[in-house]
Amino acid sequence: MTTPFLDANFALNVALLLMLLAIALAVVRTRSLLAAILLMGVYSFVVAAWLMVMDAADVAFTEAVVGAGISTIVLLGAILLTHGEVVRVNWRLQVVPAILVLVVGGVLIYAAGGLPNFGDPASPANSHVGRIYLETTYGDIGAPNVVTAVLASYRGFDTLGETTVIFAACVGVALMLGFGPRVDTAPTVDVMGDHHVVLRVISKMLIPLIVLFALYVQFHGDLGAGGGFQAGVIMAVAVILHAMIFGLGETTKAFRPGVMRSISAFGVVLYTGVGIVCLVNGGGFLDYDFLFTPQVEAMIPPGLLGDPDKPHHWGQHFGILFIELGVLLTVASTMVSIFYGFAGRTIEAIKAERGS
Amino acid sequence: MSWLASHFNYVIVVALMMAGLFIVFSSGNLIKRMIGLALFQSSTGLFYISLSKVSGATAAITLDAGSVDGKALASQLDPAYVQQFGVDGVVYANPLPHVLILTAIVVGVATLAVGLAIAVRVREAYGTVEADEIEALSRVTAEQAEPAR
Amino acid sequence: MADALHWVGGGLVAIGAIWSIMGAVGVLRFPDVYTRIHAASLTDTGGATLMLLGMAFLAEPGIVTLKLFFVWAFVMLTTPTASNALASAAYSSGHRPRIGNFEFMRGNDSPEAATKGESRP
Repeated sequence: MTTPFLDANFALNVALLLMLLAIALAVVRTRSLLAAILLMGVYSFVVAAWLMVMDAADVAFTEAVVGAGISTIVLLGAILLTHGEVVRVNWRLQVVPAILVLVVGGVLIYAAGGLPNFGDPASPANSHVGRIYLETTYGDIGAPNVVTAVLASYRGFDTLGETTVIFAACVGVALMLGFGPRVDTAPTVDVMGDHHVVLRVISKMLIPLIVLFALYVQFHGDLGAGGGFQAGVIMAVAVILHAMIFGLGETTKAFRPGVMRSISAFGVVLYTGVGIVCLVNGGGFLDYDFLFTPQVEAMIPPGLLGDPDKPHHWGQHFGILFIELGVLLTVASTMVSIFYGFAGRTIEAIKAERGS
Repeated sequence: MSWLASHFNYVIVVALMMAGLFIVFSSGNLIKRMIGLALFQSSTGLFYISLSKVSGATAAITLDAGSVDGKALASQLDPAYVQQFGVDGVVYANPLPHVLILTAIVVGVATLAVGLAIAVRVREAYGTVEADEIEALSRVTAEQAEPAR
Repeated sequence: MADALHWVGGGLVAIGAIWSIMGAVGVLRFPDVYTRIHAASLTDTGGATLMLLGMAFLAEPGIVTLKLFFVWAFVMLTTPTASNALASAAYSSGHRPRIGNFEFMRGNDSPEAATKGESRP
């Protein structure tokens, strides 16, 4: 096990990492911002494939959805608004950064010699807390997916912080780029007039399926790969697809910008509320063992959920369900709000150009 | 050669980090800089996940060692290895770095959006997103403001 | 029997992989946007179909086969749509196919010559 040579996994690992390096060098070299953005989309897909080789199914899921979906859209929106597709390059000014980067990289590669071997099961990172999570999750929480269990229960406080950061990003973008298009002024697409019929028909079929898949990812998050973060982004992608195909006007009628921002806040409130309920019932903040009082737990039919000797699994299960719902609401509405912010700014810019 | 094989991931991660850092240092364009930061951030994630790799492991979703899948996984490995490093007869990847990076990716795109929103506002204020032009423009406005004081 | 299925499945996956490589070479070598889209969509549909069929032979018959069928159906819905959208976008942004282009036939094959001098419909 110590020599990873001729292992199919290791060969895939090497091939995908070399592809990543090639893409990164292409991003450094290219002058076109559009090409750089599309290369970053490709980079994200290769990272997702590599993460599957590394057995990180949940992370691969997230990277594929976020990296290739949302961040490409946001970056494209930004270059549309800044009118800059081409970067000027002055090679003479790049010598000092190059030397600096080479020095930093050399030091880090030298330091990498002190790291444990790749895939070493006895390395410090793999043998302490991570292993304890693996051993105790099934007894403590009863969720098969250890990643979701750690994310939502053991490290629930950390995830609350991350959710709040995402909400703060929603507020930040809204404050800087305005509050999205006004519902009554957003343009609608003439459905019969243009030649995007194929796109329209296929999108009409796919959007409900995408939303259904998001719900599946959401509610199977503790059984298989998935969870609130991935489901939220998938749901936001469905809304953004609708806006791109049918026009912002139609989308803002269904998903009003103001409502989206309220939902973003509500997700954090729901998450915190679950923590406070646990606190009121005598446990710690976000300690789902205390989500239900003993009177409620006595009413649960024995054997309904997991081990009949462990009624606290009931609380853990519902705690994870509620906070993942909070994460879903915040992430989905934040991504939609960010899209509305960029899109609304673009509409204003076009109007100002036409007016002048 | 053996050192390179066992530390290959770290070398590539450092190279990706250098690419991101070089873009941030050398490019004057604010959007290109944000792309460089995204690359840098991604390399951090790759480093964490590389550290969490366990040879012969499967994704951290508990499965019954007695089931068909569990037996198939265990049959590929040395029983002594499974005994030492496995949990209930199956070897799993380390879940903790996965959790950290999963949330970091989503938070990363949210912060990327904030950074790009700032770049858009800079462009509206100065008419450019090139750092040197912005600097020159702000120097001109500062000199114009000086005599009035 | 299981061995024969294994070989059939492996062979189909290998043919699919070669098909995809051919598509990638086509994207690099073909002269204009439309022929390149043609090569790329061959990878998406033909290569993916062959690979998924091969995987269906390799896997145990049952739920996995059904899942592979759904993946195939999804790929068949989305990738031709993406190719169509790409070609439509290329056309409306002023790219004209090289085939039948007189500048090109006279031997002037710079990319500018292929798109210059033709007005949008």
